[in-house]
Amino acid sequence: MKLQSITTGLLLGALSLSSAGTITVKGSDTMVILAQRWAEAYMADHTGVTIQVTGGGSGVGISALINGATDICNASRPMKASERESLKSRYSSLGVEIKSAKDGLSVYLNDQNSLEGLTMAQLKDIYTGKIKNWKEVGGSDAKIVVYGRENSSGTYVFFRDNVLKGEDYVSSMQSLPGTAAVVNAVAKDPLGIGFGGAAYGKGIKFAKINGIAPSAETVKNGTYPLTRYLYMYLRSRPTGEMKQYIDWILSPAGQEIVTKVGYFPVR
Amino acid sequence: MPKKRTEKKTFRLGEFLIERCIQGVALISLLFICLIFVFVFREAFPLFTGQAKEPVAQADVGASETYGEEPGAALTVDHPELEQKQEPFKARHLLAKEWQPVSLNPKYGLLPLLWGSLKVTLVALLLAGPIGIFAALYTSSFAPRWAREGMKPVIEILAGFPSVVIGFFALVILASLLQRFFGFQYRLNAFTGGLAMAFAVIPIIYTVSEDALAAIPKTLTEASLALGATKWETALFVVLPAATPGIFAAVLLGFGRAFGETMIVLMATGNAAILTASLTDPVRTLSATIGAEMAEVVFGDIHYRVLFFIGALLFIISFGLNAIAEFFVRNRLMKRFKGI
Repeated sequence: MKLQSITTGLLLGALSLSSAGTITVKGSDTMVILAQRWAEAYMADHTGVTIQVTGGGSGVGISALINGATDICNASRPMKASERESLKSRYSSLGVEIKSAKDGLSVYLNDQNSLEGLTMAQLKDIYTGKIKNWKEVGGSDAKIVVYGRENSSGTYVFFRDNVLKGEDYVSSMQSLPGTAAVVNAVAKDPLGIGFGGAAYGKGIKFAKINGIAPSAETVKNGTYPLTRYLYMYLRSRPTGEMKQYIDWILSPAGQEIVTKVGYFPVR
Repeated sequence: MPKKRTEKKTFRLGEFLIERCIQGVALISLLFICLIFVFVFREAFPLFTGQAKEPVAQADVGASETYGEEPGAALTVDHPELEQKQEPFKARHLLAKEWQPVSLNPKYGLLPLLWGSLKVTLVALLLAGPIGIFAALYTSSFAPRWAREGMKPVIEILAGFPSVVIGFFALVILASLLQRFFGFQYRLNAFTGGLAMAFAVIPIIYTVSEDALAAIPKTLTEASLALGATKWETALFVVLPAATPGIFAAVLLGFGRAFGETMIVLMATGNAAILTASLTDPVRTLSATIGAEMAEVVFGDIHYRVLFFIGALLFIISFGLNAIAEFFVRNRLMKRFKGI
């Protein structure tokens, strides 16, 4: 990964001398498909512009932005203070944040579960291990089997900060690699609970949070509590080609692609 | 053992070059192992000298500029930036009972991980050991020639079976079957992982035991049969005990394989770092922890160093086991039958 970013950096250095029409995008794996669709659609209408998109994770993208190896960084979480600081020390800029799309994080229940929803407080207690039995939240008298994501995931951190308010996950939480694995596990486990991005799977249902089900409407207007932004970061305010591209992403044409990929528009 | 040549070899350039080439290749692989060893330890070492990078203090550095936001439409979502409260790392923290590396107050206790690895390995060995050893005994003592010639290669091919496929099979099919059959509370647990792991360990135990059993001199078997022992008495009480060092080595190699295996346990054990006695609770192993966490870790910080320390630990354990196994086969087994 490191080597890759170094080569990208070298490549970028060489390219920036010869052509001004190349924009490199790197970062979040959650956003990589979205970013590719944007790039394809934009390049189809604007010949002469090349947009290169790679994934690697939010953290990898942010380091690439700091190292100068990418023009745009995609991130499914906001930049940390430490990251802003290193960006500042190199470019004397705190970076430019662009909220490019919205994503609703879902809580999955097995569809045999009689519960329809949970409150944020109950969710927190379940994931910190204070509530261990479904009957404590109004379900049947059975142990809760808690599933979550691996700690390398941005979703893990988002959930920890926003639902657990920074407390630790209960150590009996089973961490699974990827949203699909969590969906699969909850679908096969009648006592399971899990979280992850909007996903479609047989055998699961989405819990209402504080009585609000995740939908395009509730995520868009922010009433669904587990809404997060998908960000793009730049080193400085966009100009020229870059500005046109960013403006296009935020325009109705760009935001339509957001909906097609399965996320929610920012406006 | 080839006989020592007494006549002087005539010098042939081609032969000389090929010999040197092979020697070079052997040295290079040796060098690789040494370099891996050195690298892994070098990355882990700063943990103990107190030079590991501490996280940057969350000083108020100010917010990023924003772009393209409609006034008033912004911030319907609140992203709190929470304070890290990490104390300086001490080596004794590795002996804590909690593994919470991505926490506001990170805990790097390796005990639950070590315990998890041991649990899965134990289950795998308890299942794979008897099966592998008795299958080897069957092939070496009872099987007709055609069965022997067919069985060994087939089981050895199984050793090259991709472990990610075994893991996937365990995750999707085996786990549900076992849960329905035994009524486990948790679908993914140490037992399921251990059973899946047994598939990977059986071929190793089988192959090495079979080699050990086949190396027992025919004279022993013949003597036993001549004294009136039946075929199975000979196999069980003469051949098997005679091959004990080799079989012990086979089990140790199997242990090493199970301990270091990553993909199967990552997929089939549930990955919860807890210290419980039950074999049907989820566990998180040392190897799966590296597999799951290395990709996103910050280069050079404590979490990164701890993961490398786990790598070094796995390296030492498998190196030690292989060395012991080798010692047993080489010295004990060979010495024992030299006289015969």
